[in-house]
Amino acid sequence: MNDLTKNLLDEFQRDFPMTARPYAAIAERLEASEDDVIEALKGLHEQGTLSRVGAVIQTGTVGHSTLAAMSVPSDRLDEVATIVSGFDAVNHNYEREHHLNLWFVITAENADAVDGVIAEIIRLTGIKVLNLPMLDNYHLDLGFRLQWN
Amino acid sequence: MELNEQEKLLVSVIADGLPLVPRPFAEIGRFVSMDEDAVIRSLSNMVAGGIIKRFGLIVRHHELGYRANAMTVWDIPDDRVADIGRSFGQADCVTLCYRRPRRLPDWPYNLFCMVHGREREAVLEQIEQLARSMGLEDAPRDVLFSGRRFKQRGAHYDATPETLERTA
Repeated sequence: MNDLTKNLLDEFQRDFPMTARPYAAIAERLEASEDDVIEALKGLHEQGTLSRVGAVIQTGTVGHSTLAAMSVPSDRLDEVATIVSGFDAVNHNYEREHHLNLWFVITAENADAVDGVIAEIIRLTGIKVLNLPMLDNYHLDLGFRLQWN
Repeated sequence: MELNEQEKLLVSVIADGLPLVPRPFAEIGRFVSMDEDAVIRSLSNMVAGGIIKRFGLIVRHHELGYRANAMTVWDIPDDRVADIGRSFGQADCVTLCYRRPRRLPDWPYNLFCMVHGREREAVLEQIEQLARSMGLEDAPRDVLFSGRRFKQRGAHYDATPETLERTA
């Protein structure tokens, strides 16, 4: 990974320039060209390191979301995970090492819509879903400090 | 801060990502019927108002070599959970720290911390240090490492079709 790429990851996970030409503003700070910055970001995106340049929305201020968990028999995990991922309202879906082995986040317009997704998942899979909405947030998201070796 | 319908649409579009073109806010504006200045002003207000927690590069930890991702859950007495949560939330290794409801008897834990690291052993050591820092060595806890990732993307907030042309 070259210095431009590292600097992008170190300095622009937050405080993104809110100006008409943000990539040019970043380029000026990093002594690169606008094209270099855009190409570097495209490269990071193509290799999967960069999910997107965008916003992390405060949970609960727009829409409604919850963390849900299921205890899925191992021989059904692929099938159930595919059903869960198939919902547009599901944006993260992970296996975890626990008897509750499938964990996912549901985000929808309101609480009723979230409950509707949960009810539908139960109906389609026949497996109980634990609904664990956030009650308090104790972490201020400043981005992730990467340790370069 | 209450959002109007146009701002809600803007949030749903921006959660998907900013196009990698020289005038990205102008392009976003075309999809939400706002001019470039209005998009920038509106997003800046949302950052200042806390609706947008963070605006910038959103990375995938796993692809950067942070393969050990542990959801660490604790059962903390309700009268201590806020103090402990705020302390954990400030630790460098913690990327999320939430209070959630217990669901007895299935689920006894009320505090969730996400800890990312390159190696599983290092993550377990960090969790041990978190516990020691608050005198919680004996508190009930569990560590759920992630296995397969079936889906990961930004949240969608409504049923708007993905009209935004992806540029990257």
